[in-house]
Amino acid sequence: MKLPSLRDVATEARLLLIGIPVFLWTMIPIYHMFLFAISPKEDAFSGKLWPDHPTLHNFEIVFKQQHYFLRDFYVQFWNSTLIAAAVGVLTLFIATAAAFSISRLKVPGGRMVLNLALFTYFIPAAFLAVPMYRTMGNYGLLNNHWSLILAMVTIASPYAIWVLKQASDKLPVELDEAAVMDGATTLQIFRLVYLPLMMPSLVAIGTYAVLLAWNEYLYAFLLLSNDRQITLPVALGNFLAADDSPWELLMTTGFIYALPPAAVYYAFRRYMVGGLTAGAVKS
Amino acid sequence: MAITLSGDQALPGPPLSSRLTPAQVWGIILLAPYLLVFLAFVVYPVCYGLWLARAPANYVALANDPIFARAAVNTLIFLVIGINIKMLIALFLSGFFAMQRTWIKWLSVIFILPWAVPSIPTILSVRFMLNPEWGVINHLIFSFTGDDGPNWLNDPTVALSMAIGVHIWKSLPFWTLILITGRLAISHDLFEAAEVDGASWWQKFRYITWPSMQTLYVTCTLLSMIWTLGDFNSVYLLTGGGPADLTHVLATLGIRYLRLDQLSLAMASIVCAMPFVLPLVYFMMKRLSR
Repeated sequence: MKLPSLRDVATEARLLLIGIPVFLWTMIPIYHMFLFAISPKEDAFSGKLWPDHPTLHNFEIVFKQQHYFLRDFYVQFWNSTLIAAAVGVLTLFIATAAAFSISRLKVPGGRMVLNLALFTYFIPAAFLAVPMYRTMGNYGLLNNHWSLILAMVTIASPYAIWVLKQASDKLPVELDEAAVMDGATTLQIFRLVYLPLMMPSLVAIGTYAVLLAWNEYLYAFLLLSNDRQITLPVALGNFLAADDSPWELLMTTGFIYALPPAAVYYAFRRYMVGGLTAGAVKS
Repeated sequence: MAITLSGDQALPGPPLSSRLTPAQVWGIILLAPYLLVFLAFVVYPVCYGLWLARAPANYVALANDPIFARAAVNTLIFLVIGINIKMLIALFLSGFFAMQRTWIKWLSVIFILPWAVPSIPTILSVRFMLNPEWGVINHLIFSFTGDDGPNWLNDPTVALSMAIGVHIWKSLPFWTLILITGRLAISHDLFEAAEVDGASWWQKFRYITWPSMQTLYVTCTLLSMIWTLGDFNSVYLLTGGGPADLTHVLATLGIRYLRLDQLSLAMASIVCAMPFVLPLVYFMMKRLSR
């Protein structure tokens, strides 16, 4: 084995000087959350960096719903899951249809719809929330899961359409032409030619929409209020209402809540990074 | 060959319906779901909101509300200082993560976590770390110096800086990722040639990296500004707008008015941000739809 030169060692040391702070900066809030989750109450509040008696007791309390704030844990977890899945499916359906129509069928006015979508993509989410809240009231959808699902689909579709349109444009026109020559109808082209080729982008967009909906706090907290209707993040926010919030349980629930998106992200990382960053900013 | 027909040119002739090919009819049907969503949940709410905010009295009320002025200033600080710090760090780190080392590759996998996990548990975790009595930060300060640490979230300036810190923590990975993509797109030959000529680290950055990434960097900064205007979580979950409503930004202020049942004020405060938002949006749309 060749010994590294002094110069290599110095470069490596300089890189570590960046790498170690980056690691600490990234991990400390997440580690702190985990630390609370495995600490008994006394240890959590003592400011220790590792509990004297690490325990899974907090997880037991959460999973057995043994606290006032956790009465509806499973219902809320289910609400989050259901809403995220519905947003994923609906966004995929709406955005794929729109992208196919604009990019492959060159529908009249398609360009304009794309610009409208792009415009929506740029409306700051918290700004749209104000009129959207009132509108959902007018539609009679407040406190109904559909309000959150439709709001999240509204927010997710513009970006989804944009990314899928970019990806569609890369598919060669000859494929469609050949299919038409063979007598395929438009729907057959969509189902048999277009969808299979778009699979990687569809996975990226589906994942994006699901994560967006699962992680959403503001819209969920405005649009849903009943304890059995709310999603997990809203339930976590409600923990703070108490004067002596059970922080160790809050962090445990938060940790459980953060696991699925992290797992989904890592499972689909390959698709996500390529598919999403390409569409985010066209340089 | 119907499918390659471009429908964009307005041809003179018979009425539209008879000129549409079957493919175009399908095109309209497939586009309809999005158009419906757009009309029902973007156009209608926005028009209705603008209508609610139309009375000049709303703007007089806003001008007389010191919390609004403070929120506007805080938003500017967030945008001008926060975003520039974030983007500069992202630019710097994109160079670091573009290095070919196994351990840096592993670090980049971890580095993405703040972006991938939901805001609420992590921001609340930071909030507890900053708790003056129970938080780990003041515990550490006490054990090293024997003095009590500051009450982090009680001073509006410090609290706002902490909120900016949280915002950077959360969104830095995303922008770093985008800038890495930009960096990797630069031809390697340029760097090799510069290396042969004995260019320094700074010269390589100044004459190769920066010129190739400038456009991307500016686009990212603008896009980040628009999104930051919509960032409710960083401020609300950390400070709740406190102490004494001094750390609100426009995103949290609008929601505050909404919770106080003052919807027209909420809309008016958003309308006041439009002179900043619309030029940004216009510019971004021009860039992206080129």
